[in-house]
Amino acid sequence: MTAMLSVAELGHTYQAKDGAHTAIADLSFTVGAGELVCVVGPSGCGKSTLLRTISGLIRPTHGAISLHGNAVQGVPDDLAVVFQDYSRSLFPWLSVQKNVEFPLRRSLGRAARRARAAEALEWVGLSGATRKYPWQLSGGMQQRVAIARALAYRPALLLMDEPFASVDAQTRFELEDLLLKVKREHDTTVLVVTHDIDESVYLGDRILVLSGSPASVVADLAVDLPAQRDQITTRESEAFVALRAEVARLLNVGKSTKALRAKRKANEQSAAKWAEAERAEVSRAEAEDRATTS
Amino acid sequence: MRALTRGLLGVAGFLVIWELFGRSGLVPAEYLPPPSVVGVELIGLLGDEAFLRDVVATVLALLIAVGLSIGIAVPLGLVLGSVPAVRHATRAVVEFLRPIPSVALIPLAILVLGVGPEMKISLAVYAAVWPILFNTIYALDELDPLLVETARVFGTGRVRVLFAVALPSALPFVLTGIRLAATTCLVVLVSVELLAGGSGGLGQFIMEARSGAGRMDLVLAGTVVAGVIGFAVNEGLERAQRRWVAWSSVTGGRS
Repeated sequence: MTAMLSVAELGHTYQAKDGAHTAIADLSFTVGAGELVCVVGPSGCGKSTLLRTISGLIRPTHGAISLHGNAVQGVPDDLAVVFQDYSRSLFPWLSVQKNVEFPLRRSLGRAARRARAAEALEWVGLSGATRKYPWQLSGGMQQRVAIARALAYRPALLLMDEPFASVDAQTRFELEDLLLKVKREHDTTVLVVTHDIDESVYLGDRILVLSGSPASVVADLAVDLPAQRDQITTRESEAFVALRAEVARLLNVGKSTKALRAKRKANEQSAAKWAEAERAEVSRAEAEDRATTS
Repeated sequence: MRALTRGLLGVAGFLVIWELFGRSGLVPAEYLPPPSVVGVELIGLLGDEAFLRDVVATVLALLIAVGLSIGIAVPLGLVLGSVPAVRHATRAVVEFLRPIPSVALIPLAILVLGVGPEMKISLAVYAAVWPILFNTIYALDELDPLLVETARVFGTGRVRVLFAVALPSALPFVLTGIRLAATTCLVVLVSVELLAGGSGGLGQFIMEARSGAGRMDLVLAGTVVAGVIGFAVNEGLERAQRRWVAWSSVTGGRS
């Protein structure tokens, strides 16, 4: 299998006025074409930093990322992201159809755009809602729109940041199955970041278990479950239960070795400050961007 | 329909109180003519070409002033709102200029621009730029970073983010600014017409009715027309806002 995404010795340290915070330390992994890889880690372990570096929104302080062989510098052309917060990621002034067409405005003509959007909306079962506005839809439907938007873009890699963390359990099951279905039917390469162990086992072809902050890969597990999964029978199968336990154990190990350091750090510096450092980082990266583009 | 009925009842109540007050003898009748008298004058005025020309002069100046204010304040707001360096550099000047009442600038404006319509329009624009400018800047501050990030990861360039994300997202605030600006424009226009004269308009009509024959009935008729124009402009813009940016009220003001 060829590697669609390869991350090598990735590390990122946020600089703040009164110290530095290493969010990721020495992270290496690959995602093969057509694979669905889940990244699980304790909350605050640097998952969102990982996602932001892969999507080119921030530049890592060391290491390299490449997407089908091309080094990621700035936002790649063929990458789509589905964020957790669908209600803030859909454009409220655009209809469902126009939201899905949004990323295609640069590359496609009007008719092609419309056809592509209609097709993607059909994949997620929303053909009847094209003229509605996001706020007229339920949370689960809004996230379907976000997924359709990402799929319509035909990305080489679909990044998902805790995509189902903000919907109710029933909807979550539906969306998980939907993701598996479109991934199977369209051979999409997907990287899902989640903190939900069950979800990672249910969705993944592989699971990357991360340690607590700074994040590094504790284990890279192949999910030995049939491609066709079912919310009830898969979840009660022995393989599923065993794998879930293993991931949970690994997460705990990851936590305990880093626990002391993390605790000391937490006392020294509040989370809010790192959020600020990250914001500063993003705007710094943007400023750099601006400097290079102008 | 009920809301309309209530509104009409309110207006009727106001007219009745005014009528009773005007006829009570508490104030001399020539100072505060009752609405029945003013109404008759008003109907007469609506057939009077000179008066209609004054009304048109004010309305036209209002439209031009609002248009110019939008044309100046929105682009300026986009720049100030998205480039912090420019905003910091201009803060002191802006804070100095903003509180200056535009009527205080009349002498300067007459010197520089004469007494033609461009003078009153300039002063109206001066006053109307601020609400639009500040609402635009404020809206950009409130812009959800996730919307920008979403657009960015889908390969949207910086300039396009400004026009395809920041501007539509700011629209509800901008429209509110425009609504405030339009009312301000009308106030300034009528004031300047009244104080400086020279270029016609409702203010000048009111001034002349008062100073010549002391015809308070004409003064009040002119005032009523000014009020109706203000009401119509505000109502029209409110409707446009409800229609164009319905999404912002449903999403709880989030833009």
